[in-house]
This record gives sequence, structure tokens and C-alpha cells, in this order.
Amino acid sequence: MAATPMVALKRFILLHPSDNTATALADLQKGEALHLDLGAEGRDLTLRESIPFAHKFAILPIPQGGEVKKYGELIGEASLDIEAGEYVHVHNVVSRRTRGQGR
Amino acid sequence: MRKRKGQPTFVGYRRASGEVGTRNLLGIFSLVTCANEAAVNIGRQVPGAAIFTHQNGCGQTQADLEAVTRTLIHLGQNPNLGAVLLVSLGCEGLSPDRIGEAIGQAKKPVEMVRIQQQGGYLGALAEAGLKSQKLAQAISAFRREEVGVEELVLGLKCGASDPTSGLAANPPLGKAVDRLIDLAGSVIFGETTEVVGAEHILAKRAKNEAVAKKLLGLIDRLEARVRASGSDIRGGNPSAGNIAGGITTLEEKSLGSIVKSGSSAIQDVYEYGERKQGRGLFFVDSPGREPEILTALAAAGAQVIAFATGLGAPQGFPFVPVIKICANWKTVQRLPDFIDLDVSGVISGEESLEEAGERILQEVLEVASGKWTKAETLGYNGSTNIYTTGPIV
Repeated sequence: MAATPMVALKRFILLHPSDNTATALADLQKGEALHLDLGAEGRDLTLRESIPFAHKFAILPIPQGGEVKKYGELIGEASLDIEAGEYVHVHNVVSRRTRGQGR
Repeated sequence: MRKRKGQPTFVGYRRASGEVGTRNLLGIFSLVTCANEAAVNIGRQVPGAAIFTHQNGCGQTQADLEAVTRTLIHLGQNPNLGAVLLVSLGCEGLSPDRIGEAIGQAKKPVEMVRIQQQGGYLGALAEAGLKSQKLAQAISAFRREEVGVEELVLGLKCGASDPTSGLAANPPLGKAVDRLIDLAGSVIFGETTEVVGAEHILAKRAKNEAVAKKLLGLIDRLEARVRASGSDIRGGNPSAGNIAGGITTLEEKSLGSIVKSGSSAIQDVYEYGERKQGRGLFFVDSPGREPEILTALAAAGAQVIAFATGLGAPQGFPFVPVIKICANWKTVQRLPDFIDLDVSGVISGEESLEEAGERILQEVLEVASGKWTKAETLGYNGSTNIYTTGPIV
């Protein structure tokens, strides 16, 4: 099965329902309109930036200092205000767990 | 999927100890690095023998010799081995008799060959030939029987990872693990290095405070060891390559690995070489490198190992089948001789995480019932070593 998936049918993956980030499953383009299927309610989202394969974008606004979530867990905090549809990576997220920050 | 009263089953070898093997092999173990040559050539005399070699057993601290001893004992007790032949040089630092007696407590035949007492290498080959012939013939009479899925002990590993690993190979593996734990099966995972940065998340899943403390203690100890060598795990992580692949923080990188352990409670945490007790999900202290962790999983009691890979890892293990699971369709196409299970449909959208997880569990049960993995068909199974931390003296 899945021998030659030349065309990605799925554009992104939401790894956990409580996440505020989703991960691109293809190279996504700025302006691309996505539909989030969140069980009972869905939401439409327009990408504010291009997102490379396996990179993340916000599906909800995340204020500076707010929790960034993937896998249903905290992966860092926003170092800037992040809008829904924005690229989420090292330029706007910092780890809370690297050296000196303790557990 | 084979079922009985609605519950999945597999066919395995019920041992005198009550445990179930997914393979029925004669183990030929080298007890010390100096006996490796002999063990390998003794093993070649016996069709299908499982040869275990390593670089330890002498010239080590007492604590390391103890770790090597318990690892060899628990490897020998693994139910995939019907019988064990130990190959001793004679002057090694660990006690061959203690190892032989302890493996025998799992109610399986154990024989020993001592090279220095048996007229050297050629004498040992002849003696071992006769002993292993007897053992191999004895275990050939074992037959598979249907057993419940609760007898299954699955080991987990990921390696040669790429961005697809944390997105679409480890997550469905985690679903398969949750399902297996719900069915009262057992799962063992390790790779202590990969937990750093997400240890607080894993600790929340510990059964109780004591288990959480053990887990956090392993992380502190590992970090102290790495610092003593002049490096810092948190310093260089995630790497530039990880960041280019979309990983933003160390937490995210570690979560991408530990997601393969699903969401069940961790029943206990073990030292390297220890054997799990009881049923459920367990953590064993181990490095992430293949020879050492595959050995740790086998010693802890794994009868099958599920190995998620992105770029394609080749290795198996001498007596525990290793199933390669891959979500990178390019790797699946490029390396058909390594990859057992294609879960790239999670990325293309042809399959949900749950559906892929169900297929992983099915494949695990097929392999547990005797289906060969790709690594077994290749005989690519010499990935063995025992992890020690002290100096070689």
C-alpha cells in the first residue's frame, strides 16, 4: 500500500487535539487556504507564510510568553506574538528546558 | 489477525518457565571479548544458531562486570532461546558458572565450553560441536501453540531517523503500543538520551512517585556522565540538521521519539541489563545506539522489537526479530530489503494514525507467530554489544 504517494492528499497533520500548532506534510504555500477538521466544529485558516515539509504553523493565535503545543505537550514558549497561519520555528519559539532553565 | 474469544492471539513456543518465545533458537554466547572468535565459529557449525558476541567480560570495574553478568544472564533467560551454549575462555573477570546457573533457573538446558581447559580453540570447537548438536536436536522438538496477546513483550526503538519519524512512524507505533497495553501485553522502551528535554513529561506518566524519581535519576546521571566527558546534551540540541528538518526545541525533538511509547502509565524503570517483572509498559536505561539498546531490550525480555526508521536502518538482532517501520516513501522504495512495514500512507493521507497503528500491531503478531523480518531473511543480525560506563582497565 502507499507505494507511490506522489501527491499528498493530506496537507498537514494535527498530532493531538489540544495542540495549537500543526505540521506540514508537504511544502505549503503562503496564502494557501486550509480547513481544520476539529471533530464537531471545523475552522478555516489561511497561511500567512510558506511552510516547508515537516515544519509547523500556528492554528490559533499564541501571545508572547504563551505555550506552544505539539503532541499534546508543551514544546516551548512564544518569544513573539504569533498569529494563526504563521510559521512557528526558532525565530518565534524558545525552549523552556535547555541548560540553566531547570526542570 | 488470529483471535480467540474476540482477543488477538499468536502462536509461540511455551517454555518450561511458563514464558512464550517467538523464536526457538540455540543461543551461542561469548562470555568475554577474547572468546568471540570461538563463539562465532562454533555458531557456524550449527544451522540457525543465534550467536551473541560483545566487547566485555574482563579488564573492567566491578560495577561493569556486574552489569555485563546480569545482562548475559537475562539474555540467556529470553524465551526466544530454547537452549544456550556458553563459550568461556577460562580466565575472564566474570564468573561463567554463576551465569550458567542463573540461565538454568529459566528451566532451559545450558552447556559450557571452556577454551583453556578444552585443548584450545580447535579442542573447544570439537567439544562445542558435540554439545550444540545435542542442544539443537533437543529444542527442535518444540512446537508453536496458540497463546493470548497478553504473553507478548514488545521492545521499541527508533533510529536512522528523519522528519517523517516523529510525524508518521513513531506516532502510529505509539497507537499500537496503547492498544497492546490495553490488551494486557507488555512493552519495553529505553533510549535515555532521547528523553532528555522531555523527562518531565515522561515522569508524569510514571505509575507512582518512586518510579518517576527513578526515571529522573537516570536522566541526571546520564547528563552528569556526558558533562564529565566535556559535552552537554542540552547545549547542542536540537542540532542544525534537526532545525533544518523543522524541529524547534529539544522538548519537541524528544517528544518525537517518546511518542512511540504511547500514553500508558510506566509501571517501572530498570537499569541496563535488568529484566522486567510483571506486565505493562516499562522503561530500561540504555543508550540509543543499536547494538547496546537492542541487547538491553532482549535482556529485559522483549520477544519482538518494533524499530521506526526514516532513512533506513539495516540491523536485526540474533534472537529477537526486529521489524522496520518507515513513513518515508522514498526510503520504502529505495530500501525494500530493509523496510518491513510501509506507513507512508499517514503522510499521503491514505491512512489515519489509528489505522497505521492497527497494521503495526498485526505485523508484530505475524512476526511473533513466525513470519521472518527483512533483517532475518538477510541474516543481518550481528548488532550486539553490552553497555558499560567505566574505564577499560
